[in-house]
Amino acid sequence: MTSRAPAILVLEDGRVFRGEAFGSVGETFGEAVFNTGMTGYQETLTDPSYYGQVVAQTSPQIGNTGWNDEDDESRRIWVAGYVVRDPSRVASNWRSKRGLEDELATQGVVGICGVDTRALTRHLREAGAMRVGISSRSTDADALLAKVKASPQMAGANHVGAVTTAEPYTYEAEGTAKYTVAAIDLGIKRNTPRRLAARGITTTVFPAEATVEDLLADGPDAVFLSNGPGDPATADHQVAVTRELLKRNVPVFGICFGNQILGRALGLDTFKLKYGHRGINQPVLDRHTGKVEITAHNHGFALAPPESGEFFDTDFGRVQVSHVCLNDDVVEGLTCLDVPAYSVQYHPEAAGGPHDADYLFDRLTALIDKEGAATDA
Amino acid sequence: MPKRDDIHHVLVIGSGPIQIGQACEFDYSGTQACRVLREEGIRVTLVNSNPATIMTDPEYADATYVEPITPEVIEQVIAREKPDALLPTLGGQTALNAAVALHEAGILEKHGVELIGADMDAIQRGEDRQLFKDIVIKAGGEVPRSAVCHNMDEVKATVDDLGLPVVIRPSFTMGGLGSGMAHTWDDVDRIAGNGLAESPTTEVLIEESVLGWKEYELELMRDRNDNVVVVCSIENVDPMGVHTGDSVTVAPSMTLTDREYQSLRDLGIAVLREVGVDTGGCNIQFAIDPATGRIIVIEMNPRVSRSSALASKATGFPIAKIAAKLAIGYTLDEIPNDITKATPAAFEPALDYVVVKVPRFTFEKFPGADPTLTTTMKSVGEAMSLGRTFQQALQKALRSTETKQAGFWTRPDPEDADLANTLEALRTPHDGTLYTAERALRLGGTVDQVHEACKIDPWFLDQVAQLVDLRAEIETAVVMDEALLWKAKRAGCSDAQIAALRPELAGETGVRTLRRRLGLRPVYKTVDTCAAEFAANTPYHYSTYEDETEVAPSNRPKVMILGSGPNRIGQGIEFDYSCVHAVQALREAGYETIMVNCNPETVSTDYDTADRLYFEPLTFEDVAEVHHAEHTSGKAAGGPGVVGVIVQLGGQTPLGLADRLAAEGLPIVGTSPQAIDNAEDRGVFGKLLDELGLVAPAGGAATSFEEARAVAAEIGYPVLVRPSYVLGGRGMEIVYDEDTLAGYISRATEASPEHPVLIDRFLDDAIEIDVDCLCDGEDVYIGGIMEHIEEAGVHSGDSSCALPPITLGAAVIEQIRHYTAKLAFGIGVRGLMNVQYALKDEQLYVLEANPRASRTVPFVSKATAVPMAKAAARIALGARIAELRAEGMLLPEGDGSDTAPDAPISVKEVLLPFKRFRTTEGAGIDALLGPEMKSTGEVMGIDRSFGLAFAKATLAVYGKLPTSGKVFVSVADRDKRSIVFPIRSLVDLGFTVYATDGTGLVLRRHGIDYTPVARHSGGTGTHTQDAVSLIASGGVDFVITTPSASTGPRTDGWEIRSAAAVADIPCVTTIQGAAAATQAIESAARGEITVTPLQELHQRLRGAERV
Repeated sequence: MTSRAPAILVLEDGRVFRGEAFGSVGETFGEAVFNTGMTGYQETLTDPSYYGQVVAQTSPQIGNTGWNDEDDESRRIWVAGYVVRDPSRVASNWRSKRGLEDELATQGVVGICGVDTRALTRHLREAGAMRVGISSRSTDADALLAKVKASPQMAGANHVGAVTTAEPYTYEAEGTAKYTVAAIDLGIKRNTPRRLAARGITTTVFPAEATVEDLLADGPDAVFLSNGPGDPATADHQVAVTRELLKRNVPVFGICFGNQILGRALGLDTFKLKYGHRGINQPVLDRHTGKVEITAHNHGFALAPPESGEFFDTDFGRVQVSHVCLNDDVVEGLTCLDVPAYSVQYHPEAAGGPHDADYLFDRLTALIDKEGAATDA
Repeated sequence: MPKRDDIHHVLVIGSGPIQIGQACEFDYSGTQACRVLREEGIRVTLVNSNPATIMTDPEYADATYVEPITPEVIEQVIAREKPDALLPTLGGQTALNAAVALHEAGILEKHGVELIGADMDAIQRGEDRQLFKDIVIKAGGEVPRSAVCHNMDEVKATVDDLGLPVVIRPSFTMGGLGSGMAHTWDDVDRIAGNGLAESPTTEVLIEESVLGWKEYELELMRDRNDNVVVVCSIENVDPMGVHTGDSVTVAPSMTLTDREYQSLRDLGIAVLREVGVDTGGCNIQFAIDPATGRIIVIEMNPRVSRSSALASKATGFPIAKIAAKLAIGYTLDEIPNDITKATPAAFEPALDYVVVKVPRFTFEKFPGADPTLTTTMKSVGEAMSLGRTFQQALQKALRSTETKQAGFWTRPDPEDADLANTLEALRTPHDGTLYTAERALRLGGTVDQVHEACKIDPWFLDQVAQLVDLRAEIETAVVMDEALLWKAKRAGCSDAQIAALRPELAGETGVRTLRRRLGLRPVYKTVDTCAAEFAANTPYHYSTYEDETEVAPSNRPKVMILGSGPNRIGQGIEFDYSCVHAVQALREAGYETIMVNCNPETVSTDYDTADRLYFEPLTFEDVAEVHHAEHTSGKAAGGPGVVGVIVQLGGQTPLGLADRLAAEGLPIVGTSPQAIDNAEDRGVFGKLLDELGLVAPAGGAATSFEEARAVAAEIGYPVLVRPSYVLGGRGMEIVYDEDTLAGYISRATEASPEHPVLIDRFLDDAIEIDVDCLCDGEDVYIGGIMEHIEEAGVHSGDSSCALPPITLGAAVIEQIRHYTAKLAFGIGVRGLMNVQYALKDEQLYVLEANPRASRTVPFVSKATAVPMAKAAARIALGARIAELRAEGMLLPEGDGSDTAPDAPISVKEVLLPFKRFRTTEGAGIDALLGPEMKSTGEVMGIDRSFGLAFAKATLAVYGKLPTSGKVFVSVADRDKRSIVFPIRSLVDLGFTVYATDGTGLVLRRHGIDYTPVARHSGGTGTHTQDAVSLIASGGVDFVITTPSASTGPRTDGWEIRSAAAVADIPCVTTIQGAAAATQAIESAARGEITVTPLQELHQRLRGAERV
């Protein structure tokens, strides 16, 4: 067995965890967050929303199913660093093409393993998400701490530019194309256009800086606001675009970052959660149906709840807080009652995670049909 | 949707006696359910025939009926109690089947009882294989290609179509009973033939083999708002072909990507909805082709199951508790998560640890039984472990099973082991497959080779291979330094394992000393359902070697109670019952109770039971570390730390640790380890008996056949022989002549000066008596005197018995009381003691005295309304019997030896597992009772007369008691006189008699007509039929057969007994049993069986003081 180099993880508040090198050997910095999913590490690593974050997996056995060619949620791994307890030395799955660690090394992702990830998680839970550094080059904790303190903060960070597509591209509908959607790529995951395509939707994905004119040039039936990394308070351009779309009565569906943009467009503020929601077991109540869905979450920021409670008035009419997280009452979704727009803070496209919220894509086609009928009339 | 306001009274059905495939996990579920319902202000009526359950303690229900679980009896309960609803999903297959029977007989409708938590159509859809198959397909899933067959012609046509091998499963049986894999046409004939007979609907399913595929289970919950959550995924390490109850399993699943896991989740939910499970828990099993990922849905259980108990313990999500709440109308989002308190139960637990379950087998108890693991469950218990890695959890689980191998490398390899024969051995699934896989890898086999042989997923095999690499590293390291020791401990190695690899470290003690000097101690993490995302309020801990411990400081006085580990024959739920009682009594007395146990099926490992739960192996190392953690943290908090460790209540497991724990300085309370040893040491105990003037059967010890022959000749045959250190009567035999003695010495033992064979005079025809008592050093309190129905020589755990004694005179009882007190004071008992006596020719012999909780404690407690184990725990911590009398825990005056003449009679009867085992040739195994314990569980019958009580006990075991029909009788010469009277009674009741020639002749001379049948071995001769075929074909309703002196395979008695066991026909093998059964049948035939709740009986028993 090849022995691993010692590595350290140092948090901004000075707490040090020791482990061993995992993936690429080097030094990395970011915001320390934890993910509680017990499956789906490949999807997590390739989710652009994790850009700038060092992700600790609370699930201890990571890498068991290797790395395959189908489950990437984007073109590359985005996490700034990766923290695991016990990485697998073999990959066992009929779809696996290579090992997780090889993939991390190939993509230059610095990780650390053998860490008491539960202690780390408890610390982040109590102290909140904070900056972190990992080094498998030097085990000088003081030196690393100084660098951590000099690294950029997540609050106020605009990371969308780093992850968005350079050029527009199109994802074709499955079977007969019934609808077209223009998606703003703020860090979109591959499964989103896939779930849209399954409903006969052709999706054109635009760069984050696309204008209303760019988006509506081909007359799409709706605009989709994707998930993405960074502080939603910095997404002023997308908020302005969204307000214009609402004015024009264009159907809008947003998820995650997109939920925060819609919320801001409707006048709500965003704030940073203490340690965020990152996992695939989060219970959300859909107030339309009274049912609970188990959902995939990845958000460090959230919409500030309106003072008036479930319903509130906006420039675009009445809006309902349609979804809430049962664990902590965080706003998880908005539905506009007077304009064709809705959004959720979580991930109906899952990948990884349960498919309970898949119905939200059906709501999009229903909304388009309803708007179409209204326009035709 | 809040609680329904139209349900005020719920009937809960338990699962009856412990049996293979249905063990104490249903006491755990049922106890939770009863507690929840009562907390909700609902009146609870409970029916369960098993006295060794916590749920049948009177405080868990408003009316507790320790009565047989049969439709007739339950109808009486319903008529008397008039419940609004029946909750049948928490008592295993027994309760579900009872509910179906009640429904089909129209009883529920007649009495206006609503079924809750289940839907009759959904039960049918889940359990009927063809209906289920259609549902899976409708839900978008795949099933194995298959056909339901009703006769052998259909079976043959189907097998022709599918090709061998095929799987054969009978419908409506539990624990996979009667199912199996057929590789040849002979197998098909045998398994399908038996299966058609076993199935109450005469149906078997023949299906495409998915042998060697990956196997998964999901535990799901649904509420009436159609919210569904997956509580846990479980992956079987053993591939398809081994019953999940016999597999090593791991949670969560280890080798699925998210896509594949979500496919299982989607399918599971779709099937659940399609089946229409009303509310509550359900379990779905899947097979996945490892090469292609093709998913097959195997089966579902529309109820709380063994796996749900495991999943509850593995995740901290209490499935049974939640199921009970859902049944009365709550939805998941309305129920708080017990552990976090702040978040709802509508979520899916996230684990940040790995859970491994390892089954515990007892093949050594059933000579001749085929030890190959198949789709019929054969294990009798299980151990679970939690670790932060798979390797750690696996190694902890292996040492938790308390088999000869206490983890890898702790026993030498078989002498002739090489790679080739090790790989060959892996082709047949067996107890300890992972040990064999480890050996193969160590002998140079590759993961691919081992996978090819046993089909275990390469990921698991690589984990074992990593341990093999670690072993090499430990063996070859120049010095065992801190880094390497840390690495070994993190991989879950015990000090004993490391010691086995590094002899120079001077054994386990040496490793421990080194480890502690280096400051390497385990930390304790918490099971919190959410991977630390939210703070946990429940101290449910497991050990690991990592940075941070989560043991909360507390300054209260702490008492550790050591549990009994995995269930096995001889040490089961009865001991867990006593442990739970100790926790309850000591919690109430103000102590902080700390439970240590590794059995996921039990009430003791419910995080609600003790103040703190440590899910840890019951080894010296693991227990000592828990003590260290609790004691030091308690001291640091300014408290006294651990003030007591209770080892007397969990059976042999904790008792075996007592000496070492005491030497380590742990405060063992109660009877001192030295006193316990004295009672077990034959020499010391013999001397004590002499001093006290008590008599034991003549006997001696021998280290060779010559010595044994001399001893036996002196004391006279028959003799009882056994190895000097025994558990549950292991290796005990009654020997009637010198040849058999020679055979025993050469076959059954390794007699040596260190391990002599003990030879005692066997008291033929003696009455055996069991006594449970308490002693505080000043007083002795007799809990109960039990008279065995079988003669001495049948293991007390296998005997039925009556309390109060039914034939003993006042003088004998006085003598028993006197003897017992002398023994208790002589030994120095501080707590419980069990004494076994034999009464022969008016002489009382002391057979054994065990200064600890016995198997009969729950039975005695239920029969006398005195919580013996609670009192023992209090005595251990210094309370006096006088004090406990004053408190009302014990009777204010008198005790269990002076029961009122009109007190009800309680009968304990046992359940034997013979029908689950087959020889490699497929025949049944011998169903004879002897000095070695073989039963898995017990029932209790209570009524005003012995006959009625015994009838209830028999009903509870067999589900039926023949009151007319055909009886087959064949008894040994010495029993021929005694059999006449019982048979005449049966004839008077209208039975017709079938008998073998010898027995028949005696009957005829007493004027009883019979139909002669041949003994099987002699051929039918002039007779038209033989006994074995008659029984096997179900041609009789009742079998009475007593063994002749020589027992063993291939004698007539053996074949008759095994045929009765296979055909599940009530079979009595002792003459006393025949007499008792006859009384029972007479009583039942007169239709006198009535039901009475335990609360009423107890009030009557303790009435005097209450008034």
